[in-house]
Amino acid sequence: MSVPVSESPLNSCHQALGARMIPFAGWNLPVEYSGLLSEHKATRQAAGLFDISHMGQIRATGQGALAALEVLLANDPAKLKDGEGHYTFLLNDHGGVIDDLFLYRLRPDDFLLVVNASRHAEDLALLSKQKSNVSFVGSPGSTAGMALQGPRAPAILSKLIQGDLSNPSIPQRNHISNYTIAGHLVLVGATGYTGEEGYEFFMERKAGPKIWGHILATGKSEGLLPCGLGARDSLRLEAGFPLNGQDLSPEITPVEAGLGFFVDLTRPRPFLGRTTVEAQKQSGAPRVCIGIQGAAGHPPPRHDYPVFRGDQRIGVITSGVPSPTLGHGIALALITAPAPPCGQDLEFEVRGRRVPAKVCHRKFLAKR
Amino acid sequence: MNTPNDLLYAKSHEWLRLEQGKGCVGITDHAQSALSDVVFVELPKAGRTVKAGEVVATVESVKAASDIYSPVEGTIVESNATLTSDPGLINREPYGQGWLFKINPAQPKTNGLLTATEYTATLPS
Repeated sequence: MSVPVSESPLNSCHQALGARMIPFAGWNLPVEYSGLLSEHKATRQAAGLFDISHMGQIRATGQGALAALEVLLANDPAKLKDGEGHYTFLLNDHGGVIDDLFLYRLRPDDFLLVVNASRHAEDLALLSKQKSNVSFVGSPGSTAGMALQGPRAPAILSKLIQGDLSNPSIPQRNHISNYTIAGHLVLVGATGYTGEEGYEFFMERKAGPKIWGHILATGKSEGLLPCGLGARDSLRLEAGFPLNGQDLSPEITPVEAGLGFFVDLTRPRPFLGRTTVEAQKQSGAPRVCIGIQGAAGHPPPRHDYPVFRGDQRIGVITSGVPSPTLGHGIALALITAPAPPCGQDLEFEVRGRRVPAKVCHRKFLAKR
Repeated sequence: MNTPNDLLYAKSHEWLRLEQGKGCVGITDHAQSALSDVVFVELPKAGRTVKAGEVVATVESVKAASDIYSPVEGTIVESNATLTSDPGLINREPYGQGWLFKINPAQPKTNGLLTATEYTATLPS
């Protein structure tokens, strides 16, 4: 099957910056500009700007929007107030993850879902089966998005919205608000995928290049660098965040992935996948996600490497990377339950050879 | 991209320098640039005999692990131990201090390797 490649609305900006482009989930996107390590470091120490136009922006509107989302999503959308958002899942009948997404309530009858590019079309098809006083709008490629991440991100956003007297304060964590930036209406949500403070900007497609250039110029004196998918992946893994298609899939439940916290069982009504997740939360899941750290001087852990305890193969690495911040390999692994304690010795297999590793907390940077 | 004229090249982006019948192997400027920052290398032991096209080393960046193939049949003479502590040499000096291993070729002929011009023609413009 040949998949048509979508160009980001920011494509001309990436070309002008000399980015190296790669295919990702049907899109042609920048993997790096100045270099993965310098971009990673800029985001940890100053700020990074990422093109996230490939991520789907789906608006759910209508009097039936909340009721439809309550049936579909694993975290309880009824708990959100206007301008608030949370992380949630679209599950299948077996409790497996079709998509992990961020849901914002803009108004009582207007929600924004920010979904993975690889699941966008599937999500939209599934959501659109709900027809009672709700419409889901937002086809792939119709919007632009970017993420501003890093300790200097709040200072940069403050500068960006200086001229907007109607909305003078920056959004608090997990909140979203409308701003006028460079003459365009932009939704800014305070969240991200790097473990740093940061914001995601959502706008119409044609506003993308102007906003991108404006943010880069505004943040330059703060050390802001444009960052590609390469740094995005190493940053998110250091923060312990899952990647859909690797750490999450229709065969992996949120409980197995260690993300059961984001499934709300306190509400009385059923939602997709509830039965399985509820049973796993009560009596345990067959598999668990653990953090693994490699040792310096050994090959780093990577996606799909088998994991061993003694002679027993207990699971597989779902994401792994040589951590730029820590200087050794880090990984998430899905293994047979129960989870071994932090510090326990394990091994993973690289090119037919066993390499030593230890169980550790999945928030890899927590004890810096 | 820098592609010196006095070297031979494999389509898989290794270079071979032949001097008085002895070979030295590394990866090209194009390859190091595509990999970006190298953080780990695994090199062959001296004395190992290898075939042309056999996987003999691995070069890892933050993004991925890449196999390195021997451009010729022969016996490994030496690996570049400096790379263990400073793998970034591969990025900084791909044709100099960033060499990977030295090899004693089994035969003088180097079938299937490319000249600098031929190799450059295989790269995306």
